Parts: sequence; structure tokens; C-alpha cells
Amino acid sequence: MQAILSELPWGLFLILIPLIGGIACFLLPVVARRLGLLTASLVLSAAVGLGWQLSSRGVYHHAVGGWGAPLGIDLYADGLSLLMLVMTALVGFGVSLYATGYFKPGHLVRFWPLWLLLLGALNALFLSADLFNLYVTLELVGLSAVALTALQGGRDALTGAMRYLLATLLGSLAYLLGVALLYHGFGTVDLVLLSERVVPSPVVWAALGLMSAGLILKTALFPLHFWLPPAHASAPAPVSAVLSALVVKASFYILLRLWLAIFSDISGDVAGLFGLLGAGAVLWGSLQALRQTRVKLLVAYSTVAQIGYLFLVYPLAPGMGITAWSAMAYLLISHALAKAAMFMAAGNLMQFGGHDRIADLDRVVQRLPLTAGAFALAGVSIMGLPPSGGFNGKWLLLQAALAQGRWDLVGVIFLGGVLAAGYVFKVLGNTFTQAPRTHEPISVPARMQWAAVLLAAGAILIGFLSSPLMALLEVGDPFNINGKGP
Amino acid sequence: MSVPFLYALVGIGLFCLGFHGLIVYDHLLRKILAINIMGSGVFLVLVALAKRGGEAAPDPVPHAMVITGIVVAVSATALALGLMLKVQAATGHAVLPGKSRD
Repeated sequence: MQAILSELPWGLFLILIPLIGGIACFLLPVVARRLGLLTASLVLSAAVGLGWQLSSRGVYHHAVGGWGAPLGIDLYADGLSLLMLVMTALVGFGVSLYATGYFKPGHLVRFWPLWLLLLGALNALFLSADLFNLYVTLELVGLSAVALTALQGGRDALTGAMRYLLATLLGSLAYLLGVALLYHGFGTVDLVLLSERVVPSPVVWAALGLMSAGLILKTALFPLHFWLPPAHASAPAPVSAVLSALVVKASFYILLRLWLAIFSDISGDVAGLFGLLGAGAVLWGSLQALRQTRVKLLVAYSTVAQIGYLFLVYPLAPGMGITAWSAMAYLLISHALAKAAMFMAAGNLMQFGGHDRIADLDRVVQRLPLTAGAFALAGVSIMGLPPSGGFNGKWLLLQAALAQGRWDLVGVIFLGGVLAAGYVFKVLGNTFTQAPRTHEPISVPARMQWAAVLLAAGAILIGFLSSPLMALLEVGDPFNINGKGP
Repeated sequence: MSVPFLYALVGIGLFCLGFHGLIVYDHLLRKILAINIMGSGVFLVLVALAKRGGEAAPDPVPHAMVITGIVVAVSATALALGLMLKVQAATGHAVLPGKSRD
């Protein structure tokens, strides 16, 4: 039995299950809710299966259709892919549970096929090992994310989705032009082969510029974040959770892979620029979040700030390899869980009071204690207070910055934490008191509250799981710690 | 200057022209067309650079990429046009808010 389980192509299942589930939900809208939740649980178990396979047998390889690179498409998973896949599966399950209570029947039939296609596209992206396949999956992710944003209609959601679509298409085209240049220069789109063949040249610099700019736009790094707050704040709550937790991480992941495979050896100054933009994002995003008067916009700007932390890792990595990359892994997964929980809590508040104005939150703690608790727990991780995944990430980042005497970055990390505390408590403070305009509560389904609590608790719990997480991350040595490295 | 190189330069030119249009024009249809022009530019670059020296047949891989790219572009354009009509129905104008209307 064990032998059979470890032989199974779990990576392939991660792509096929959500695709089949999505089509089934489209064909059988009556049972879409149950089918959707079933699919999300199967994806979660496939991710666990892949993790088990990786920990016992090392990196995962699968040549789709038996063709193999360079003609066919290879699926590849190492520790970094696994981290992203597990993160996607966890958040995906939480969001699916939440969505079973959130949508009215009319929107429900449109939500499930699109969401499961998005889930399949995300999994395919994290399993891709060549630049062109990454482009195709990136577009799949982008298009389904835009469609989900516009799902419930309404002026804000539609214009937000349109702006998002234009930004995401522009980003993909810049990326594709970079792929074309790299293919012309080195005759392959396979990441491993490219990393062996690439030599500094004007072509590589042009490709680096185009691809980084496109992916930064799609990741919404300051100052290219203009499209994120309107799209993330006007989408339905489960969709906002997916967009902030997973979709922006997809383009970030591609940039990271490109960086590790191709660009890290040839570009010292670009890392500094990434760090500068990251610092800008942390400060600007946090200040904007503090200024917001609506919960969902506040949480959306908090995403802009938290993305900044991910980019602070680049200038620190050359000197402090594994510490800096571990910090990034922690920040990635803890932000995904915490931010999804926050958007779900915001969705609950919206349903409960019919609005999400912070000043008019009315006795939420007494009447909706689970939701307030979820928001608070997620806030702990976002602020970086111990014990939480967010704390581990920021602590490791701080260590890397201190060891290299980067006091400017130390200052940014601290200030970002203080500002995050400011905006989290701005919401929490108003949940305790009675609002000037009181309202009758509208009941919120228990599963929507528990889904938020589940993910927020996950963001806290991973703070205790550092050794297994780090062991898994090192499968296949994605960060070149033992290999060429500096 | 070889002919394929010239085509590639034209492709880059189209990309820049489309980018300019995307930024400058307010009307959503123009923005969508601009994105399509940018895409055509990228495809032209891919096709042109597939040319190998001498009499050798062109490299088929970039051509396969272009075909995939066209499929993606068609789907993206269809989604964009549908969304544009929805925006027009909801706001009365096919422009993004916060911009001057022409």
C-alpha cells in the first residue's frame, strides 16, 4: 500500500482534480457546493501526499504524456514548490468552506467553476519548471482571478476588475517579451538549462528588466500597486481572500524562481532596488492602511505593505542565505493564512452589519466573538507578535538585517510592525464598543466564522512548526545553499 | 541588417506603440486594442527570432509558443470586451473612473 502511495503522481493530481471538479461544478450546478468542498479537500490531501513523497524520495519529476523537455512539459516540485502548494491547498480549503456559506444561489453557480479553475491554475503554476508554461499558467490565474473579482457585479467591482485586467495583461506581455529574448539568446525556456547557459549580456539585462517590471506590476509592489486596493476591496470576501493570499504570490513566486535560477549571479544592484521598493511598500502601504475608513480597504492596503517585506529579503540574501530565505518562506505562508482569515472576517462583518465602515462597527466582540477572535489572531501574525508565523518571519528577517549592519532595513521592519499594530487595533478597538448608529445583527453562518478562525489559528500554529517546515523547504535545495551559492 | 532582425525591431516598435496607447487613451476599447497591438508585437518578435542562419528551417518552438499565445490573447480579449460592456452598463461610460472623459 505504501509503495503504491509513494509511486502515485501526486503533482498531476493537484492539477487534474481541481480542473475536473471545476467542470463538474459547471455541469452540475445543483450539487456545486458539495462538489466544490469535496474537490478542495481532495486537493488538500493530494498536497499532503506530495509532501510525504518529497520528504521520503526527494524532488518530484513528471514528464506529462511521456514526452519530456524540451519538447513536452515537465512538472517539477522541490521544497519551495511544495511550500506554495501546501499554502494554496490550506487557504483553498478554508476559502471553499467559507464560500459554502457565503454565496447566494445565483452567484454560487458562477463562483465554483471559476474558483476551482483558479485553484488548478495556481497548482499548475507552482509545478511548472519552464518559462513558457509559467506564462500560460500565469495568464490562466490572471483571467480567472479577474472574472472572480467581477462576479457579483456592481460599479466598484466592475471598474476594479477592469483596471486589474489591464494591469495583469500588461504585466504578462512584458514577461512574455522577456521570455522571447531569453529563448533567442540561449535556445531554451527550461529553468535548469537556462541557469547553466546564461551569461551576462545586453539581452539578459533587457529580459531581466522586462520580466521584473511585469511581475512586479502583477505582484503589486509599490509603486505599481495602484490596481490592487480597488480590486481586492470590491471583490466578494472569499475572492478577496484568494486574491490577497494566493494570486499575488503566484507572480512573486515566478520572480523568485527567475532570480534564483538566472538573475542572482549577474545583478547586484537590482537586489538593492528591490529592497528599496520593498521598504517603500512597507511604509506607504501601512500608512495608507492606517488612513482607511473601511475594513476591506484597510486589509487590502495591508497586503501592499506585507508584500514589501517579501522584497526586503533580496538585498539580505547574498550575505545571509538560509536565514533570509527562511524568513521569506515564513512571511509567504503566514501572510497567506492570516490575510485570508482577515478578509473572511471582514466579509463576516459586512454581512453582520451590512457595511464595513470601521467607525460604525457595533458591539462585534459580544455578538460575533469568533469573527473578532479570528481578526485578532490574524492581526497578531500580521503585526509580527510572538508566537506566530509572522513573528518567526520578521524575526529571521531582522536577524539577517542586523548581522549585515543594515540599520535602515531594521528601522523599516520595526516601523512597519508599529504601523501594522496601529491599523489592526484601529479595527479591533471599534469592535468592542457600541456604534453611534446601532443596528440589528444579521446572522452569519457558523462555518463562515469557523473558516476564518481555522486559517487565523493556522497562521499562529506554523510559528511552532519551524523545524519540519525548514526540513521540507530544503528538499531539492531550491535556494542553492549547498550548491554554487556565494 | 538582416530581414528577421528588422521584423524583430518592428515587433519591439509595436510593443512600445501599444504601451503608449494603453497609457494615453482613456476609452476602454482603445486600451484593449492597445494591449492587442502589444501582444502582436511580442508575437512578431518570437516569429522573427525563430529564423536560423542559412537555409535551415526556422525553429518550430517559438511558432508553437505564438499559437498558444494567440489562444491566450483571444480569451483575454473576449473577457476584456465583456467586462467593458458591463462597465459601460453600470457606469454609463466605457472609461475607468478618475480620468477625464473624451
